[in-house]
Amino acid sequence: MSKGIAVLTAIAILILTVFLISMNTGLIHLTPMEVLRTLFGGGTDRQHLILFEFRLPRIIVSLLVGMGLAVSGCILQGITRNGLAEPGILGINAGAGLAVLIYIMYFPNMGSSPVFLLPLLAFGGAALTAIIIYLLAFKKNEGVSPFRLILTGIAMAAAIYAATVTITLQLNPEKFKFVERWNAGSIWGANWNFVLALLPWVLVLIPYAIYKARTLNVLNLGDQLAAGLGTRVEKERLRLIGVAVALAGASVAVSGSIAFIGLIAPHLARRLVGNRYEILLPTSALTGALLLIVADTLARPSEIPTGIVVAVIGAPFFLYLLARSKA
Amino acid sequence: MAVTESKGKFKSRPLAASIIIIGGLGALAIALTWAISVGVADIKFTTVWAAVFQFDPAQNQHQLIHELRLPRALLSAVVGACFAVAGSIMQGMTRNPLADSGLLGINSGAAFVLALCIAISPGISQFNLTLFAFLGAGLGAGIVFGIGSLSRTGLTPVRLALSGAAVSALLLALTEGIAIQFNIGRDLAFWYAGAVAGTRWLHFNMIFPWAIGALIVAHLLSRSITVLSLGDEVAANLGQRTRLVKIAGSAVVLILAGAAVSVVGSIGFVGLIIPHLTRFLVGVDYRWIIPCSAVLGSLFLVLADIGARMINAPAETPIGVLVALIGVPFFLYLTRRDGRGI
Repeated sequence: MSKGIAVLTAIAILILTVFLISMNTGLIHLTPMEVLRTLFGGGTDRQHLILFEFRLPRIIVSLLVGMGLAVSGCILQGITRNGLAEPGILGINAGAGLAVLIYIMYFPNMGSSPVFLLPLLAFGGAALTAIIIYLLAFKKNEGVSPFRLILTGIAMAAAIYAATVTITLQLNPEKFKFVERWNAGSIWGANWNFVLALLPWVLVLIPYAIYKARTLNVLNLGDQLAAGLGTRVEKERLRLIGVAVALAGASVAVSGSIAFIGLIAPHLARRLVGNRYEILLPTSALTGALLLIVADTLARPSEIPTGIVVAVIGAPFFLYLLARSKA
Repeated sequence: MAVTESKGKFKSRPLAASIIIIGGLGALAIALTWAISVGVADIKFTTVWAAVFQFDPAQNQHQLIHELRLPRALLSAVVGACFAVAGSIMQGMTRNPLADSGLLGINSGAAFVLALCIAISPGISQFNLTLFAFLGAGLGAGIVFGIGSLSRTGLTPVRLALSGAAVSALLLALTEGIAIQFNIGRDLAFWYAGAVAGTRWLHFNMIFPWAIGALIVAHLLSRSITVLSLGDEVAANLGQRTRLVKIAGSAVVLILAGAAVSVVGSIGFVGLIIPHLTRFLVGVDYRWIIPCSAVLGSLFLVLADIGARMINAPAETPIGVLVALIGVPFFLYLTRRDGRGI
């Protein structure tokens, strides 16, 4: 446990450092002193505008999205007992993507007000997909076995993918570009409204997940053992899936699909602090946040979609850890 | 995945398997004939027969059949077998039901090199494109395999799966980056959707010898893969040199899936569902799973291609879409059954 706290502290310090660097990064140059002064109330109106209206909300959104996806992935890997599980496996990204795509297909003037509608639609698409998958995987008397859940998820993702491809190939080039960027994952919902929309989910659901850490530990042992230890497996699993879907849905709605974080952050965390969910969940959350804030900071000057940067920096690091590890 | 330990789970059903192979080959022959006769211009069955066995270059319909439809139909059959067998081997080796050849970095490697080629020299020839895609597939598999086996404890199934997922994500991200930068996303999207439409004898001749060779090797390996699918430790205790089997298996997967992907693009779902279906029908013995999944994969893709041409005629629907359309409901049905074999 003390090792876990040390790791958590280290990651938190890293996040803070990157946060400060990130505040200094962007098209308009500000010196660190100016940033600090502005943060504590001083500074000119212009500096105030840049920091508080552009940079700060974007950074906070990245942190929240990183946490949300990482915890969602961590929960899903736990309940499915499959290391390849991530939010995308429940068709969440695909569902959100399809909703966005249909909107873009039928509402030609993209300039008007998609900023507020899109996240809602994306969330609706994600939730709907998750519900369909759960219902399809549900069987009377047996409930939902993690195994069937995964397979159903794959099938749904493939079906949605087919629909997505069919629509995508008919789009005009301008719309195609938008969809392409959305799919690559870029944090485009970067103002205070998005922060406020995302914050309650993260603030409520992540502590709830940590509160449920013991259940996750037990579920990780297998259904029969968990039931033998007195856990109401089906009910707990449904709750946890609900938490994972809500977190990922809310995150994906704001960020586009950056599913890789959900896969990689829990694995990184597991290699750092081990398999106990009490400490694994918070570590995953912070790892995800750190990863996304670093990626977003690197992506910002060039306007490359953040999702691409996440994969480009995250994958090699992950592979390095994988090659070094013993178990 | 020891989830549902029903009694029938570890059975093998040779009788069912024999019926599938014989019946499947018969059905495949019928499907191929059908695939050759349907299209924008419908051709009578007798003409098809004549065009295949008494080819007369003077007749237009014979030309059409010989130059376009025959290679396309045969190619679908070969590619279907390749994806299905590659998927079977992957699932057997990694013991992960989510595994398919894409997990070895093959699809993403091919896509990455393809994107590079199209970005650097837009007018590249079909032949070269296919060749480079195959090299890309090899590159992807090489990285996954290399990194997976770097560690001292060697290549465990989990490590292979994780390294595959990470490398795929990386290569796909780079591909997306290139696509956005050079504005070639649409070209790649077509490739991704899977296309057997433009195939000629050239493509068929390119991959046929490799595919046949690799299928034979796959069959020779099938006994070892059955043993490996019981777990690394069990396999080692039974005297198997697991590392060797894994390397050989991966090489076969690379050739099968690499060849298929580089010609028709990624139709990964075939490699995922056919092995599940086959295992459901014939049990757990890979000596039966591999030939049966080859037959079923061929049949499935030939039918999907017929559908792709008929559903929205005269326009073609990407075959990947058809594969999902047919495959998904069926797959869902299978997962809802009692789960034996899956």
